[in-house]
Amino acid sequence: MQNIPAIRFENITKRFGNKVVANKHVTMDIQKGEIMALLGENGSGKTTLMNMLSGIYRQDEGVIYINGEEAHINSPRDAYDLGVGMIHQHFKLVDVFTAIENIALGMDKKESGGTKEITEKVKAICDKYGFDVDPKKKVYNMTVSEKQTLEIVKTLFRGANMLILDEPTAVLTPQETDKLFAVMRNMKADGKSIIIITHKLNEVLAISDRVAILRKGEYIGTVLTAEASVQSLTDMMVGEKVELDIERPDLEYKEKKLSVSHLSCRDKYGVTVLDDVSFDAYGGEILGIAGISGSGQKQLLEAIAGLQKTEKGSSIIYYDNSNHVETELTGLSVSEIKKMGVTLAFVPEDRLGMGLVGSMGMTGNMMLRSYKMGHSPFTDRNTPRDLAVKVKDELEVVTPGIATPVRKLSGGNVQKVLVGREIALEPSVMMAAYAVRGLDINTSYTIYRLLNDQKKKGTAVIYVGEDLDVLLALCDRILVLCDGKVNGIVDGRTATKEEVGLMMTHLADDASAVPHESAQEQSDASVQDAQAETIQETKEEGEK
Amino acid sequence: MTIFIEIFQRAVLTAISLLFGCTGEIITEKSGNLNLGVPGVMCVGGISGFSGALMYEYFWGGADNPNAFLAIVIPLLFCLLGSLLMGLIYSFLTITLRANQNVTGLSLTIFGSGVSNFLGGFLVKQVSPGAETANISVKVSTKYYMAKLPFSDSLGWFGDMFLSYGFLAYVAILIAVLTALFIRRTRPGLNLRAVGENPATADAAGVNVTKYKYIATCVGCMISGLGGLFYVMNNSSGVWANDVVEPLGWLAIALVIFTVWKPHFAIPGAIIFGGLSVLPEHLPKFVTIPMDAKPLIKMLPYAVTVIVLIFNSLRKKRETQPPEALGLSYFREDR
Repeated sequence: MQNIPAIRFENITKRFGNKVVANKHVTMDIQKGEIMALLGENGSGKTTLMNMLSGIYRQDEGVIYINGEEAHINSPRDAYDLGVGMIHQHFKLVDVFTAIENIALGMDKKESGGTKEITEKVKAICDKYGFDVDPKKKVYNMTVSEKQTLEIVKTLFRGANMLILDEPTAVLTPQETDKLFAVMRNMKADGKSIIIITHKLNEVLAISDRVAILRKGEYIGTVLTAEASVQSLTDMMVGEKVELDIERPDLEYKEKKLSVSHLSCRDKYGVTVLDDVSFDAYGGEILGIAGISGSGQKQLLEAIAGLQKTEKGSSIIYYDNSNHVETELTGLSVSEIKKMGVTLAFVPEDRLGMGLVGSMGMTGNMMLRSYKMGHSPFTDRNTPRDLAVKVKDELEVVTPGIATPVRKLSGGNVQKVLVGREIALEPSVMMAAYAVRGLDINTSYTIYRLLNDQKKKGTAVIYVGEDLDVLLALCDRILVLCDGKVNGIVDGRTATKEEVGLMMTHLADDASAVPHESAQEQSDASVQDAQAETIQETKEEGEK
Repeated sequence: MTIFIEIFQRAVLTAISLLFGCTGEIITEKSGNLNLGVPGVMCVGGISGFSGALMYEYFWGGADNPNAFLAIVIPLLFCLLGSLLMGLIYSFLTITLRANQNVTGLSLTIFGSGVSNFLGGFLVKQVSPGAETANISVKVSTKYYMAKLPFSDSLGWFGDMFLSYGFLAYVAILIAVLTALFIRRTRPGLNLRAVGENPATADAAGVNVTKYKYIATCVGCMISGLGGLFYVMNNSSGVWANDVVEPLGWLAIALVIFTVWKPHFAIPGAIIFGGLSVLPEHLPKFVTIPMDAKPLIKMLPYAVTVIVLIFNSLRKKRETQPPEALGLSYFREDR
């Protein structure tokens, strides 16, 4: 390695408003031709730090040096000029543009040449590093992996020598991740510096040369990956030792609560998103739903909740075992389902959109479930207020008061309010979609505990998750969705990550359905396996 | 035959105002700004141009010693300046201060139509105290604005139908064609579309979002304002009348939807809309229609727009949808 680092942060501080300090006196180096992993819990300031490097934010204090020279990065344009390119978590692509148009965006014809020159240059980049980009394809027709590839090609096209990847694997299948890592190694061999932001320790160990750790906005240290282990990194990341095991109580008595059969749904564009889905959910178990994002998870939960129109022939039967009543839920609205005496709890993916009203306080949000109760023309505010106080105390919601609008709370506290309200229904079926997305490890574990409590009470819990490690540790059974179809249901105790990952991308009876993924080589399969085992033992990590 | 040519001419005269309004609004909307102030902008464009002409003729000696260049350029500059001012107000409020675009646009329309109504009466009284607005016209400018293209008289029906309008009509078509080419074929056009679709992406790609939004909105307003000027000069023969330009502005906004944000579609679209809006005056020449039915016929362009909107929404083609970030403010540090 050379003496002058490719990038040097010196004493960087960034505040949002007066209170929130996202980065505090961060000083760190990234060398040329290395892959540096930037590790930290949620809210540790990883993305903020990188956004300053890529010109999205401006630091309040401190200096960034690029190749030894002080850099003034006021806009993304400046960053590009300095050779810094960032691949954001939410892709910065225009949906109605083709791949080429997205690449040409923001550049003069003088810089980039015409469409023909761009196409040729893109092809050269693809050949060099092993990408696959269809220049004429519209972004809205692309898979997540294709979009990401386009993003990387776009930054390389602009001559980036320093690439920042913000949680690139969060949306990828294991196979796609392997392909990405292979490309990253090619880029590294070409002398490019790469910073990868991630939560996933197995990936850190698999791909990086060094690991820099941030905690609560502060720089903790850098270690050589070769000398690090999952345990040592976790300790640095969380600062204190966190119990890593997720509980999975075994319950003997299971009764059928929900029977879904031949469920099909279409989305607003008329595309079939759920195709003949059948399964049973039992009280006293957690049924995990795995699948790459957009495989129909959302529609499945919403169909059960009465929010999604189902196709003819679909059936969702709810079993009330104490009264021996079977209720058909399809075709019923949310309030009709409720009137039937069916208690469904639903923790949707979009917490402040579908779950809670951001501008109302905790009491108001509790009332959303109870405002119709009673016969008085006025609503009862006392019961929800008591419930709000109870949720605040029991789940340790950090809020200035129960009247504070919930959108002012942090993501974890918002989720606690939502889950607390849903649990208070004493549901017989509880559905949670991406319940720990964006939460730190401690809050994630609180959510796992709450779900397990429900399971012990005999509730049928349906948990849609994205982190396979968590799914495998938490769930009794895992239903794998692929392209809207059930691609099998596996036992959470015996299934392996590779098995589930493969089921997510390959339909068992129709291998040609996803030719793109199936063509990929698993260049790092052995490394992945070894990492997966380590992970299985330690059950670490909250989701992104 | 002559009656059809006459109806066609009337339709085109209205269509050109709509085309200016529509092209300007398309440019603005492509940058993600939904400017509902277009009717107001067209009013202000009209009254500014009218006052320019009035000044020239009554105070700067244009009536006694007419000069073609000044008679054309002074109203034109006044019109562009007035519309630009409206564009700047809208841009400053929605882009810099990030005010709600719908509210800002609607207030601008109310403001613009109010100002133009007030100024119309006021200016005419300055020129000739006690006179009726309808009796004062800017004859000199109108003469030059309405001048037909050469050969239009010698080419029979073809000349009457296509060459008999003032130069601004051809400017309108030229601007619409150039705008279509600009949006579809050039790099700045690509950047502009990106700003309207996904400003965060454009920003990250190094496009100056604020600059694009300001320029698109201001240029859009200036083009829209010409629609008001064209109405005053060519359609009402240099006479100012209150409350006639604003309805054209609303039609122009409907036309933007009708043409699915494509300026080259706006040329035939404007003629269809223009035809539908002059139909009530001319239909009685062929069939007897009850007086009460006139407003129903006037409604047709809007009904057609609703049908297009329904059809377009059902078709769900991504390319014919409005810009994705239309109506939204952009703030880089929003999370």
